[in-house]
Amino acid sequence: MGRKYKPKLAVWKFASCDGCQLTLLDCEDELLAVTDEIQIANFPEASRAIVKGPYDVSLVEGSITTSHDAERIHKIRRSSKVLVVIGACATAGGIQALRNFANVEDYKSIVYASPEYIDTLSKSTPIADHVFVDFELRGCPISKSQLIELVTAYLSGRKPNIPPHSVCIECKRRGTVCVMVSTGIPCLGPVTQAGCRALCPSYNRGCYGCFGPKETPNTDSLSVQFKKFNMSRDAIKRAFRGFNAYAEPFRKASEAHEK
Amino acid sequence: MAVNKILPRDDFQRLISFLRTDGYQVIGPTLRQGAVVYEEIQSTSDLPEGWIDLQDGGSYRLERSETSAFFGYVVGPQSWKQFLCPPQRKLLTAEQTGKSFNVIVYDEKPIKRAFVGVRPCEIAAMAVQDKVLMEGPFVDPSYRLARQNAIIIAVNCARAGGTCFCVSMGTGPKASSGFDIALTELIDQHGHRFLVEAGSEIGIGMVTKLALGDASESDIEAGEKAIANASANMGRTLDTSGIKELLYTNFDHGRWNDAASRCLSCANCTMVCPTCFCATVDEATDLSGKCAERWRKWDSCFTVGFSYIHGGSIRTSGMSRYRQWMTHKLAYWQDQFGTSGCVGCGRCITWCPVGIDITEEARAIRHTR
Ligand code: SF4
Ligand code: SF4
Ligand code: SF4
Ligand code: SF4
Repeated sequence: MGRKYKPKLAVWKFASCDGCQLTLLDCEDELLAVTDEIQIANFPEASRAIVKGPYDVSLVEGSITTSHDAERIHKIRRSSKVLVVIGACATAGGIQALRNFANVEDYKSIVYASPEYIDTLSKSTPIADHVFVDFELRGCPISKSQLIELVTAYLSGRKPNIPPHSVCIECKRRGTVCVMVSTGIPCLGPVTQAGCRALCPSYNRGCYGCFGPKETPNTDSLSVQFKKFNMSRDAIKRAFRGFNAYAEPFRKASEAHEK
Repeated sequence: MAVNKILPRDDFQRLISFLRTDGYQVIGPTLRQGAVVYEEIQSTSDLPEGWIDLQDGGSYRLERSETSAFFGYVVGPQSWKQFLCPPQRKLLTAEQTGKSFNVIVYDEKPIKRAFVGVRPCEIAAMAVQDKVLMEGPFVDPSYRLARQNAIIIAVNCARAGGTCFCVSMGTGPKASSGFDIALTELIDQHGHRFLVEAGSEIGIGMVTKLALGDASESDIEAGEKAIANASANMGRTLDTSGIKELLYTNFDHGRWNDAASRCLSCANCTMVCPTCFCATVDEATDLSGKCAERWRKWDSCFTVGFSYIHGGSIRTSGMSRYRQWMTHKLAYWQDQFGTSGCVGCGRCITWCPVGIDITEEARAIRHTR
């Protein structure tokens, strides 16, 4: 459309696997259209060219796991008009938040040959625990279409259409037969936010909760149903302790099944 | 008086081929992912021959039956609404042209469909949706187009499912109208065959063209017996007497909170319900801002956003959402559309991941305080 001003977008990485950032590169077909409309000012995965801030939009991937990062996120916040966190690490602490349920010192000595070089915080925490977040894009990894929707909504000055309802709604809309009901496979879909188009149930597997807790999740009731499938307390605990283990409703559900 | 004919099992293919030759897309029951679903079928080999479904709250399993019935199952997770009122549909596209814009209303082509294996409760559900979507002051043109281009080959129920309660709702297990042809599957010492009843001009035409033989007295009797068997074995019952007043005078009943403690507000019950019609309209723009699309998607009163109005959502608690759902089905619907919103198909019970049972909840509200 030839906007006079191209908003500046920056992508930032904290403790994460890069999968969410790569979703942006993965938007092959749309990427050119994206760069027509916005200036990618800082995106080390894609280009070494760095445009100085401030930035109109920052996409932040990853969780805070070091004191250095805990400071860095404040600088990013200060130089960003809109800050969007992307992916389970940034929104909930990620899979590395499993450390929050254990003693990180124990991990260090098992995993690293020279643990004295490791400087890390005892917990992996979501970005929103540190700075104000304008929007959360869920998922492990995030969904390409939700990312495009987010950018598009930003450009047209509207709220992104990213519904917080259950995975079940997507599952039913695409005509998948419910794996919970038809086979007794435990599924986190009824307490998980939509976004993946109910991918796992379409392959006859239960939902792993990649998109984190949905609005008003009733994890207690789902746990009762899991018990009816003869799941042990430990298995129920582990079901809730995945990529979004530290998201509060899932954290409480797993802790309720500790021991 | 209805014409009763006989279609031998081995001639069922003739019926399917006849419909296909006549230009119909034939949709019928078939197996997928461990359930009976409704999809396009080509031949009798696509039918779930010899399978029955065992259903209970939150549980559905297929099992081999002793007979080789084509229609031994009851109902699966889907209903015909996925064809009449599809889960998502593009409504329009808008494109910028210079300083103005063009609106292109999504033009739907009529598809002639033959629905094979429609259960009596499902016919009733279509009649309910007809009232809502094309017989009231606001007509949904897409629904009407799909509906008017569909013919109904019903199959009466000879077996009731574990969560069925059509007898309570007066919708089955025998179809009395609303079909082009109604079949009753018979398997006994006289063989595997279908009792055929034509219910419309189209149905009479088909029966004539298929040149079917007449049914005997004993065939008709066997059909009645089979249906009586279904009647006598309903998995669930619902006392509908004064149900509207019952619910209207019990908004504060403690049972609502009890149900809410179990309810996941996952919306499965509304997605599978053959009468639920609620939809949301999403608008999607493209990156350039030059093109927009408007889509309609199934929605549910179990989401928080469903009751969002200026200032926030009206039904934030799970309790208010469960109460809305059940009260709409069994009570408001009567005031709105002059009929019950529930036809007793049992899907919401079976496909609720935690097995919440509308009949049990209604009973609790009636009999406890
Ligand atoms: S398979 Fe899982 S996501 Fe799909 S409807 Fe069942 S519980 Fe919900
Ligand atoms: S029960 Fe809910 S989803 Fe179904 S028609 Fe009523 S308001 Fe709509
Ligand atoms: S409310 Fe339940 S039993 Fe009644 S028509 Fe809907 S799905 Fe069937
Ligand atoms: S009644 Fe069952 S299916 Fe319906 S929203 Fe509640 S848990 Fe989901």
